[in-house]
Amino acid sequence: MKTWIARQKALIDFTLSSLARRKLKNLGLLLVYTVIVFLLASVMLYTHALRHEAAQVLKNSPEVIVQRMVAGRHDLIPPGYLEKLGRIRGVQNKEGRLWGYFYDNVVSANYTLMAPSPEEHGFGRVADGTIVIGAAVARERGLVPGNLISFRSYTGKLFVFTVAAVLPHEAELVSADLLLLSEADFRAFFEISAGYYNDIALSVANPQEVRNIAGKISETLPDARIILREEVLRTYESIFNWREGIVLVLLSGSILAFTIFAWEKASGLSAEEKREIGILKAIGWETGDVLKMKLWEGALVSLTAFLLGYVVAYFHVFHFSAALFEPVLKGWSVLYPRFELVPVVDGFQIATLFFFTVFPYTVATIVPIWRAAITDPDAVMRG
Amino acid sequence: MIKLTDIRKAYHQGQHNELWALNGIDLAIEANKVTALSGPSGSGKSTLLTLIGCMARPTSGRVQLGERDISGLPERFLTDIRRKTFGFVFQQFNLIAGLSARDNVMLPAYPLGGDWRVLHERADALLDSLKLGQRRHARVEWLSGGEQQRVAIARALINDPQVVIADEPTANLDTALSREFMAILESLKQQGKTIILTSHDPLVVESSVVDRVVHLRDGHLVEGGR
Amino acid sequence: MLSRKSHRAFVLLALLLALFLLTFADAGRYRAGRAAALQQNEQIVAQLGLTDLCLFTEARYTRHPSQADLQSAFQDHPLAFEHFPSGSLLPPPRNLTAAYENLDRKTKSAD
Repeated sequence: MKTWIARQKALIDFTLSSLARRKLKNLGLLLVYTVIVFLLASVMLYTHALRHEAAQVLKNSPEVIVQRMVAGRHDLIPPGYLEKLGRIRGVQNKEGRLWGYFYDNVVSANYTLMAPSPEEHGFGRVADGTIVIGAAVARERGLVPGNLISFRSYTGKLFVFTVAAVLPHEAELVSADLLLLSEADFRAFFEISAGYYNDIALSVANPQEVRNIAGKISETLPDARIILREEVLRTYESIFNWREGIVLVLLSGSILAFTIFAWEKASGLSAEEKREIGILKAIGWETGDVLKMKLWEGALVSLTAFLLGYVVAYFHVFHFSAALFEPVLKGWSVLYPRFELVPVVDGFQIATLFFFTVFPYTVATIVPIWRAAITDPDAVMRG
Repeated sequence: MIKLTDIRKAYHQGQHNELWALNGIDLAIEANKVTALSGPSGSGKSTLLTLIGCMARPTSGRVQLGERDISGLPERFLTDIRRKTFGFVFQQFNLIAGLSARDNVMLPAYPLGGDWRVLHERADALLDSLKLGQRRHARVEWLSGGEQQRVAIARALINDPQVVIADEPTANLDTALSREFMAILESLKQQGKTIILTSHDPLVVESSVVDRVVHLRDGHLVEGGR
Repeated sequence: MLSRKSHRAFVLLALLLALFLLTFADAGRYRAGRAAALQQNEQIVAQLGLTDLCLFTEARYTRHPSQADLQSAFQDHPLAFEHFPSGSLLPPPRNLTAAYENLDRKTKSAD
């Protein structure tokens, strides 16, 4: 055992001395390798944490949403629908929701306007003439509680509101662009008559029954489109896959370039390297020793790149809010939530990343050496 | 100590360019002696050297090291015997460029897994004894031809082999350096090493250090050796 | 100790490994610190009946992807490209955003 360790250490000494001969090239390779791991790990950590947070937070969203479709478009719920739904067995609570979008010319941003149901407390309770705003809106318009703000509605009328409160910064991920106003203000602002709603939120007595109830709803209201909470959650599972896909599309170019670089470096055995392996064989190294030496080279380089890239990615995503991805994720929107993701680390994902970064490089280092290492030891003397 | 019986060696056997480098060699090499294999190029002396040094196996015939028949052993065992018993000095020196003189000297010891500190001391002692102590950190390609050969000799001795094998050791040296090499050979002999070398350099073949000269031609031994 | 190259490599790797493990400890600590905020978010979602994350506010169907009607972008499949990648090469036309209010009157019937 002791000689085994001493032998491995000696082989590592040699492989490091060998690497040190082309310091700049090998450090450059390590750097590129690290950057690739960093980008992949950043995408992985970011999307995983975001998906996890979405699932965590949105599990409290309404169980069933009923929209009305007219000519393929989402239309207002006319009076009477709420009553019809109330007659369906298993429906526990039903509530018409009032919400819509508003484009603010001043900062060229889209807001989500919402009138919380009056029974709610906390941020849901908004007095007439006042608004509660999301943290990103407050930041963009420079508003603090007590300020007055006016909006010109789509019908041209000017409305003035007092900012009653700003939603907490920690909640930006769900509420950055919100503008909460009272039901009366909302109806006046968008000129929606009493009895009309944007959609209906339902809760069911028995969660197991939700699909049956959805079926009954579509029988009762044939023009309804029903959105279940599980569909909402599924949307977020896949939408981040899609966003991840975009980053991967951007990344794939650099990954390919690196693959070529690594392949070229690892597999293109130069005549000099072949000669060196011949010398090692001639002075008493076994084929296995040469392979072990190269295995150590691949393992050391790829392990360093993996660990370093992962650690930097972790800090990038969770301590610097994934600053590098912001331009990609922000798209064309003006309001962008500033949020700190809760770190959720998935061991399986790390293992996958490890496998897909460390393994191919090490193999690409070993395989070409194999062919050179099985040459006869006397080749040096014959050549 | 080394006994060769009816050794034959073919390259590219069975192909159109088949070449018999050795055609039945019977030879016994004594311990603690300097044996020179001499002959024109293509006579098979380098091939014979690779067979003696366990670098290759004969096509037929027997190689005995001490009492042991080693011609039939698989590569792993051959390598093990080779690195414990033989030290090699090559015509082109075959040092690894970019590494220091000391790193080159220690190379054959790496797969054995000995103590690192002891190994360093041994390498330094060898370099000192070959008057290369102050050059130990220099990269080998910065050394002169004579210095490179002394590094190669130190490398051959690092595992303290019984037998030192040298292939055309003076081919790349001038007269003064060749004499220096013969002096080193002398001291190795005094240390009790067995030395086998190939050469067609009269300076080597006719030297008093060499105990026996074996002449080869076309893969056969030729009478008239000394 | 550090005079030997392999030892230096081990120390570097051990250091990196320690940092790697530290990220897990840090994640645990950070998660504990964020528990209250996460709970608050859950509450806000429940109170206001929110259905979506406020990640992309540029369009209806990106602000509320789960609520978008069947004819909006993404509805064929979330992987269907709409304004990406073309949108990432091409900003939205200026005349569109400038004439936004006007345009909005034209499409007053809510979709």
